[in-house]
Amino acid sequence: MNILVLLKQVPDTTEMQIDKETGTLIRAGVPTITNPDDLAGMEMALRLKDSYGANVTCITMGPPQARNMLRELYSMGADNCVLLSDMKFSGADTWATSNTLAAYIKTVDYDLIIAGRQAIDGDTAQVGPQTAEKLNLPQVTYVDDIIDISKERIIVKKALENNYEIIESSLPCVITTLSTAAKPRYMTVKGISDAFTKEIKQVSFDDLEIDPTIIGLKGSPTKVKKTFTKEVHKNSDVLHLDGKTSARKIVETLLDLNFIGK
Amino acid sequence: MNIADYKDIYVFCEVKDGKIHDSSLELLGEASRLVNNRPSLGYKVVGLIIGNYDEHLIDDIGYFGADKVIYLKNEGINHYSTEIFTSLFMDVINNDKPDIILVPATVLGRDLAPRVAARCDTGLTADATKLDFDPENLESPLLYVTRPAFGGNLFGTIINETKRPQMTTIRPGVMEKLKKHTGRQFIKDIRNVDISTIKDSVKVLEVLQKDHMAVDITKADIIVSGGRGIGDNFHILEECAKMMGAEVGASRGAVDKGYIKKDHQVGQTGKTVRPKVYIACGISGAVQHLAGMEKSDYIIAINKDPEAAIFGVANIGFVGDALEILPLITEEIKRYRERPF
Ligand SMILES: Cc1cc2nc3c(=O)[nH]c(=O)nc-3n(C[C@H](O)[C@H](O)[C@H](O)COP(=O)(O)OP(=O)(O)OC[C@H]3O[C@@H](n4cnc5c(N)ncnc54)[C@H](O)[C@@H]3O)c2cc1C
Ligand SMILES: Nc1ncnc2c1ncn2[C@@H]1O[C@H](COP(=O)(O)O)[C@@H](O)[C@H]1O
Repeated sequence: MNILVLLKQVPDTTEMQIDKETGTLIRAGVPTITNPDDLAGMEMALRLKDSYGANVTCITMGPPQARNMLRELYSMGADNCVLLSDMKFSGADTWATSNTLAAYIKTVDYDLIIAGRQAIDGDTAQVGPQTAEKLNLPQVTYVDDIIDISKERIIVKKALENNYEIIESSLPCVITTLSTAAKPRYMTVKGISDAFTKEIKQVSFDDLEIDPTIIGLKGSPTKVKKTFTKEVHKNSDVLHLDGKTSARKIVETLLDLNFIGK
Repeated sequence: MNIADYKDIYVFCEVKDGKIHDSSLELLGEASRLVNNRPSLGYKVVGLIIGNYDEHLIDDIGYFGADKVIYLKNEGINHYSTEIFTSLFMDVINNDKPDIILVPATVLGRDLAPRVAARCDTGLTADATKLDFDPENLESPLLYVTRPAFGGNLFGTIINETKRPQMTTIRPGVMEKLKKHTGRQFIKDIRNVDISTIKDSVKVLEVLQKDHMAVDITKADIIVSGGRGIGDNFHILEECAKMMGAEVGASRGAVDKGYIKKDHQVGQTGKTVRPKVYIACGISGAVQHLAGMEKSDYIIAINKDPEAAIFGVANIGFVGDALEILPLITEEIKRYRERPF
């Protein structure tokens, strides 16, 4: 069984700071991490490898520094790692990203593709389904567990707003995983030392058969017109009162708003 | 592609528990607002519904703002299927040429919209919180879609100038639905569709309920919400909420600490709420929290720190210890309820 895992290196948004003067993100010094939903997908792939001897290939599209992430994925147990990197790919929106990923995936064998549900930088949750569409594959999104897999089909548990569904799909297909689906394993010492002997396959524009007008910033239908940060402006009455008076005033307010009936 | 051939705003209507889901009704409201703000376009609001439903359900789409409802009907559709819905949606796009398509950013919407957008090779903006037509050109149908990114640290306004339709998914709870108006006139366009040629390789085998009853704080009129400042004293807050007839909300800070379940979380990665009254207790007011509650009608904040950002969005703020004030509120209401007349 060949499993492809799509992963993205993202800035750790919990560490992000805003420059109060310029209203822009301070990116310098913000650590990058492997997107949490993707790591859960990676762990699920490795569990399938443990149980059935699958071959796990990690694929990312990104700048050269994404090699660091791929090294870590080798340390966790990936069999192959592929970096799609080219200036022509950069600045892509989700449509252009999925065109690029799909163009590469078309050149390899696979039974199952696992993407994360959503990347924490863009928060779009679109690349998985759009890659599935470009490859003409079925999809199951928001997967919380893989229940069973055989040569022809997979059974998964999908999380919805208020319930779960047990879903069967034929293979090959794309599933997108939630970060809660599986806790990623640690890298092993042997894994870490082995990782340095493994080759990261580098793929550039010239290696792919792809129309240059459907990739990268230029090929992206959506454009960022502007970015801004939200200002929080002070406009409220802030009262310094003792506890009892505060409580009384709050209850009075609720009464005024007709919120406390008999 | 001739962009000028595309017109109107289409809203995908999702059915849940036998009703048009609120998130879709909100989009009908938003689409009406957009259309009314730019009458020169002459755009209509079109609701799209796919499946096998009672006629009264279709009426609701009109009563909540659609000028026309396209109902793709087939008795064989008893459940959402990515493949069938995408395929039928595509037929409508090819046939009717919508300029703008709004899809609720629910689990279903976020499964369907990217698939449809990829099939017709157009752009898709995810999880938007604000829509406007091009503010610089008052004749333009170009949609300016604003959405948070980087975990709410930054907002971006996204446009799609080159492809049609302009597609976006929109966060549930953010837009306002119109009042139901049962006298509203609208066109019903019922199409019996054929699904026999659509290949569908995905099957739902079973539907499972979640172990505990998920609370739905989005429907509450009053929410008393606690943050890290409440610590493991949420019972004090819960008691006060109960006395008020309120639901309990929480910041992610409190949820991450395990003081309360994730169902209660308000904000960027939690729920968007707009109750009549939101009482924030021991919550600092991080942008990600504000994103989920700042549209509440009336906001009361209690925080020890006079500089806390939550005071910036509150209608009234109290500098003080929530753990001292909350029990006093409970007592005060109790006394009021038991007043002798
Ligand atoms: C990608 C991303 C997504 C996020 N999504 C969300 C989200 O959906 N929702 C969300 O809420 N957060 C979200 N956050 C987290 C957010 O940035 C804040 O970390 C979080 O909201 C802080 O929670 P808090 O206000 O409870 O805690 P703190 O920031 O620690 O604030 C506690 C406050 O309580 C006050 N306090 C302490 N004791 C008392 C007392 N006895 N009485 C009164 N006041 C007291 C303090 O003065 C302080 O202001 C997200 C962050 C990221 C990076
Ligand atoms: N540049 C990329 N390279 C590889 N996988 C990606 C890339 N961008 C997104 N993905 C995958 O698609 C998922 C959804 O991403 P997004 O649509 O950006 O939220 C991620 O969790 C990844 O699995």
